[in-house]
Amino acid sequence: MKTNTLILHTAALAIMPLQLMFSVFLLLRGHDEPGGGFIGGLVAASAFVLYAFAFGAESTRKLLRVSPRDILAAGLLFGLASTIPAFWTGQAMLTALWWEVPLPGEGYLKLSTVLIFDIGVYLAVLGTLMTFVISLMESDE
Amino acid sequence: MMLLAVLSGFLLAVAVPALYRVAGKHIGWVLALLPALLTAYFVSLIPAVSGGETLLIRNQWMPGLGVSLDFMVDGLALVFALLISGIGTFILIYAGSYLQGHKDLGRFYVIMLSFMASMLGLVLSDNLITFFVFWELTSITSYMLIGFNHEDAEARKCALQGLFVTAGGGLVLMAGLILLIFITGSYSFSEILASDLAIHDHGYYTAAAVCILIGAFTKSAQVPFHFWLPNAMAAPTPVSAYLHSATMVKAGVYLLARLNSSMDGDALWSNSLMLFGAATMLTGAYLAFSSTGIKKVLAYSTVMALGTLTMLIGIGTEKAIIAFVCVLVAHSLYKGALFMLAGALDHETGTKDITKMGGLWRSMPRTAVITGLAALSLAGLPPLFGFVAKELMFESVINSPVWPWGLLTAAVASSILVVAVAGLVFLKPFFGPVRTTPKQPHDAPVAMLIGPAVLTLLALIFGVAPFVPAIFVLDATVSSVYGTGVTTALALWHGVNVPLMLSGASLLAGSLLFITWQRLHPKLYAVNTAASRFGPEAGYFRFMLGITQVASWQTRVLQNGVLGIYLLILVLVTFGLTGYTLFTRHGFQLDFDFSNGYFYEFGIALLIVAATVFASVTRSRLGSVASVGVLGFGVALIFIHFSAPDLGITQLLVETLTVILLVLVLFKLPPFVNLSSPWERYRDLSVAIFAGATMTLLMLAVLDIQYFDSISSYYIENSYGLAFGKNIVNVILVDFRQLDTLGEIFVLGLAAMGVYSMVKLRAEDQHKP
Repeated sequence: MKTNTLILHTAALAIMPLQLMFSVFLLLRGHDEPGGGFIGGLVAASAFVLYAFAFGAESTRKLLRVSPRDILAAGLLFGLASTIPAFWTGQAMLTALWWEVPLPGEGYLKLSTVLIFDIGVYLAVLGTLMTFVISLMESDE
Repeated sequence: MMLLAVLSGFLLAVAVPALYRVAGKHIGWVLALLPALLTAYFVSLIPAVSGGETLLIRNQWMPGLGVSLDFMVDGLALVFALLISGIGTFILIYAGSYLQGHKDLGRFYVIMLSFMASMLGLVLSDNLITFFVFWELTSITSYMLIGFNHEDAEARKCALQGLFVTAGGGLVLMAGLILLIFITGSYSFSEILASDLAIHDHGYYTAAAVCILIGAFTKSAQVPFHFWLPNAMAAPTPVSAYLHSATMVKAGVYLLARLNSSMDGDALWSNSLMLFGAATMLTGAYLAFSSTGIKKVLAYSTVMALGTLTMLIGIGTEKAIIAFVCVLVAHSLYKGALFMLAGALDHETGTKDITKMGGLWRSMPRTAVITGLAALSLAGLPPLFGFVAKELMFESVINSPVWPWGLLTAAVASSILVVAVAGLVFLKPFFGPVRTTPKQPHDAPVAMLIGPAVLTLLALIFGVAPFVPAIFVLDATVSSVYGTGVTTALALWHGVNVPLMLSGASLLAGSLLFITWQRLHPKLYAVNTAASRFGPEAGYFRFMLGITQVASWQTRVLQNGVLGIYLLILVLVTFGLTGYTLFTRHGFQLDFDFSNGYFYEFGIALLIVAATVFASVTRSRLGSVASVGVLGFGVALIFIHFSAPDLGITQLLVETLTVILLVLVLFKLPPFVNLSSPWERYRDLSVAIFAGATMTLLMLAVLDIQYFDSISSYYIENSYGLAFGKNIVNVILVDFRQLDTLGEIFVLGLAAMGVYSMVKLRAEDQHKP
């Protein structure tokens, strides 16, 4: 399935990067403001879906570079990996660990196993939806 | 340190593919470093443990559920850990040579190392739940190893059989362990063993004991579950040597020994152990004698040894426990060695059938010498450790508090058979006239002989000087099984006594039996073939057939392919039950209060209702999908209006993507046709109205009853303090209830795989001619 509308092509190229940036923004702010990995993943997926509607499944695959299933697998691995570090500090599995990295100037960077987990959720959601969409689109080509 | 020791196998397993690329054909030697290091580590624990200490290493896992990664090292655990890591070292070296050049060698090592780690976890776990997890992991890795040659249908069938029997038993065991937790109130082996609670008097005791026995019997191939073990010989020989003789099949025996000091003293426990143990011992010995494949012979003699071990635990006297530990160690040493040697024979001659081998000592002298020694230990002849073990076994059987004569008859009969079996394994292939084998035989390479050589040497040293292992670790093992401190006085020579005379008699009778084997064998084969139609394995096949029949029946009835019916049943059952509970527990309540509503709230409600009605009456699919989308957007508006922005955004995005997905699917559907009769449509309508009404009543009821205190205040108070997040929804998702979310993303993954396989694989099938 591929559309030949000039408007959709142009709009997709303009909107998609914005959507992707917005999805990362949502992912990173998620712990304190509305957002998070799930919402971020959905936004990222809709960006790629838009692209897929404009340029077809094949070029979306090329754009993604890796198979959507690998994105999904990477998400699950991130999710699992985030539960492990607690073992090394002798705490129960899934205990969140936090690091605060000072930045130049005022402020600091909040890093945590929770963030790793949220990235995992983001990738898993993105991977799942892209698997759905791309396999459905390819099945009628 | 202990945690790392147990889990290192899993970690190394991950690295195998990368290592394989670097190390190439020396991969076996490289990987064997890990079990060698582990052996050294466990050896370093010997002084503390033999001093009577029980080491407890605590690691948290899921404290909220009582599950921990606590490890307990006492004599019993240590002896097993030493066997697992020690024999594992040689098996890994051996496999590198045995499977050299095999295309899946990397995968083989991944599973093998995972198995080793699981097995170590099993014997070292202190927590019952963790123990069970490792127990199941060994079943699963065993399944993958039996079915290693997965292109062979027979291997797949055998693998599945092993899995069904051991994992089915595992489920029963889980029930037993949970009952044990109920009885004792503790999740920890060390606490259960230390407490002097009268477990026997508890109401759940019988059920717990039966469940645990079934679990252990399936794993350790006791009659009537013994049939899976010989079939497991479809695995490559290193697997048979490691899993199906030296380690995994002993897991059941390990569990029995582990719990023995708490359970023993009860007739149900010890009598069933003696009964099933003796039956298994005899069956195994007989079937070993009547088989011709060298691996089958060894497998059945493993069944026999497992039966002996079970019986000895059942007898439960101090002498019997000493005998148990000695048989355990002796068997692991000689059987591990014999399997590796059998693999070497198979590898060098190209056949597994002992009737097709003969006179091999000329071409394989080194293999012959080692096999001879190991077979002596199998037959229980001096000066090997097998002799010490067998003498102790006879002695404890004679002094058994119950059924001494019955057990003694079984023990003597099986040791006669085993002498003949040892003859089959050693004399048959290496002596007699030379026979031409499919391959030109020559001595096996070093990597394949080093393991058997070292193990047999150990059996020899332990036999000549049995006090050496006793002082180091066996005393502690006996003490931990028996429950109180025991000092064994092991010796090769006990003077002329009853056990020695019995040994002599069985050697004589066994030799006679061996000589007549050639003539006896065809008859035995006929008898076995006839008997197998009624044996437990036939029962297994009937059972499996029954399962498929029931499954196809219920698929025909419940999953007949009409999606409308599925939906109807699901909705009816769910709302019927919910409505029933609501009505009986709470009663109906109809107080609508619209006085505080704003006009735009009514607007949103109206929008939702209108969209719903349109979706159900329209004949256009696209229209109905779009109006379901409108419905979703209306709900999102409600979320946003009642200040739940996260939910609102999620709802909007999900709705959008759902509509897109539905549209993608719509293109593939055939045109709209009216298939259902008016009656069916009215039926569906009334079910829908019923479901909607129940849901409405439920929501109204939820608003004014509260059975539990709301948990929201906890989240609100602790979200920033404990989890450093201001967005409570997100904090709940990724921190407080992270385990749930982890589960959910795995569900997502499963759904993706489901859709992928439905859409993709089916399309590919259709393209095939």
